[in-house]
Amino acid sequence: MLVVDSTVSLLGVTDLAAPLYWLLAAWSAFMSLLADTTGLEVLQYQFMHRAILVGLCIGVMAPLIGTFLVHRQLALIGDTLAHTAFAGVAVGLFLNGVFELGVSPYLTAVVVAALAALCIELISEVTDAYNDVSMAIVLSTGFALGTVLISLNAGGLSVGIDQYLFGNLATVSAENAVIMLGLFAVIVATVAITRNQLLYVTFDETAAAVSGIPVEWYNRVMVVLTAFVVVGAMQIMGVILVAAMLVVPVAGATQLARSFGESLLLAVVLAELAVTLGIGLAYYGSATAGGVIVLVAVALYLGTVALGKVQSVLRSEDPAQTGTVDASRSR
Amino acid sequence: MFGLSMPTTDGQDVTTTASDATPETAVPPVEVSDVSFGYTGTPVVEDITLSVSPGEFVALVGPNGSGKSTLLGLVLGLHRPDSGTVSLFGEPAHRFDDGTRLGYVAQQTDAAVSMPITVREVVQMGRFSTVGFGRLSAADWRAVDEAIETVGMRAFADRPIAQLSGGQRQRAFIARALAGDAELLVLDEPTVGVDAESVEAFYELLETLNDEGLTILLVEHDIGSVTDHAGRVVCLNREVYFDGPTEAFLDSDALGRAFGATQPAGGD
Repeated sequence: MLVVDSTVSLLGVTDLAAPLYWLLAAWSAFMSLLADTTGLEVLQYQFMHRAILVGLCIGVMAPLIGTFLVHRQLALIGDTLAHTAFAGVAVGLFLNGVFELGVSPYLTAVVVAALAALCIELISEVTDAYNDVSMAIVLSTGFALGTVLISLNAGGLSVGIDQYLFGNLATVSAENAVIMLGLFAVIVATVAITRNQLLYVTFDETAAAVSGIPVEWYNRVMVVLTAFVVVGAMQIMGVILVAAMLVVPVAGATQLARSFGESLLLAVVLAELAVTLGIGLAYYGSATAGGVIVLVAVALYLGTVALGKVQSVLRSEDPAQTGTVDASRSR
Repeated sequence: MFGLSMPTTDGQDVTTTASDATPETAVPPVEVSDVSFGYTGTPVVEDITLSVSPGEFVALVGPNGSGKSTLLGLVLGLHRPDSGTVSLFGEPAHRFDDGTRLGYVAQQTDAAVSMPITVREVVQMGRFSTVGFGRLSAADWRAVDEAIETVGMRAFADRPIAQLSGGQRQRAFIARALAGDAELLVLDEPTVGVDAESVEAFYELLETLNDEGLTILLVEHDIGSVTDHAGRVVCLNREVYFDGPTEAFLDSDALGRAFGATQPAGGD
């Protein structure tokens, strides 16, 4: 009964996701090949293939979105949305427990986190500021709702919430990996298309509005994308540490980069380093991956701070002269 | 599907449509008539009527809290007037979205200058309203380079904004407006936090651009530097105290009256 129901309800989604499942299988085959040639134990297991793929996606999309957030002093919105995503997970588990829907809790988390993101954005539009207080209220409401729903649910069914709070390499199922790939595609495509507008709104909101960009719409797009990143990254990073990936690599890149393009690229490189080193260390050290990844990311950040200091001492810029005004341009 | 077809921020107001606009040549860049506006009940500006013709260099002066920046926000369409109308190139200001004709330079603090971003990347933003989505064309890059050249910042084109002095940074923002082929340049206290020497160079740049046909509307607290360069002064303290040629303004007692309305003259 349960199997039939979920198959019917997910039929449309399954068709859409078919290429993603194929991609996942191809990736797994590639990883097995890599395991055979290198003899690395960590690459031998199916669940590690999926975890590494999810990790690599996080390494691209978290700093990509994080760059736009950090430079608007919105670093903490990721944390807020992660806690509301936890409520979404709880809603999913609750619905599954009561109605036997068999929906992945990450899907309900996407919906709830996106709605919470829009709420925060609408509150800020009405009050004209991103407000610490409203952010804190949404954060605690989300987490409280999550814990209450889960404790209600636990009466009939024992659920492990550790994997959601702290993340887990071993529990990344094929279905969840596919959800992640779907979110990844939406995020990267949206940023690729609207890069100009997002950059202008981030750098100078008023001038962007004056130049005819519908600023509020781009702000809404941005917070919803943030919700997507948070839910995607939650599987490995956990609710509590997910925001770190939005912020720490970006902060590191800011120390060294001179241009915006450079800072985006560098943030992705730093994040990928943290993710791959972190997953490897966590596997061989039998530690929680999320925590290890964040510690590696912070170590890399400290490295960039030191490098940045060295750089600024070495390159004491030769003072260029401001040229004369040349107004004889063609108008 | 995401972000491809976004509605404009404000679509409900249909009092004026594009079809009843008069021919472009006759349309003043800025037209403010009988405008009152307040954030709460008390009006910040009241019964303002003001028109800027193509090629003018107009300075808005007045004491702190006189509504200068608010009036500028109304002109830019960032606020909607409580009564009266504001038009940009013949279109209601809050609905005006042809960013190519309008350039804006804010006070220093408004932009995220701690962000790693080069002068060229900032100036590039001036082309975004022309480009829309996607990459800049070769012609766009030429316009960017020309604008950087015009403000004399070529040597700084690849420097991060954060490493520039206040004056250099404001030149970069002017270049951003020029890259978009702006016909009207609106500046809000652009020389706050800029050292005295650079202020002079900055105003010379504005005057040169004005001679080339660029219309300039500027809010300034430093009356001395304004009267050396602007052709027309509008003195404001909630309402218009003076509107006319700079020489006539200097001979009048408008400044004293405007300042006297809230505080003793010379308080700024």
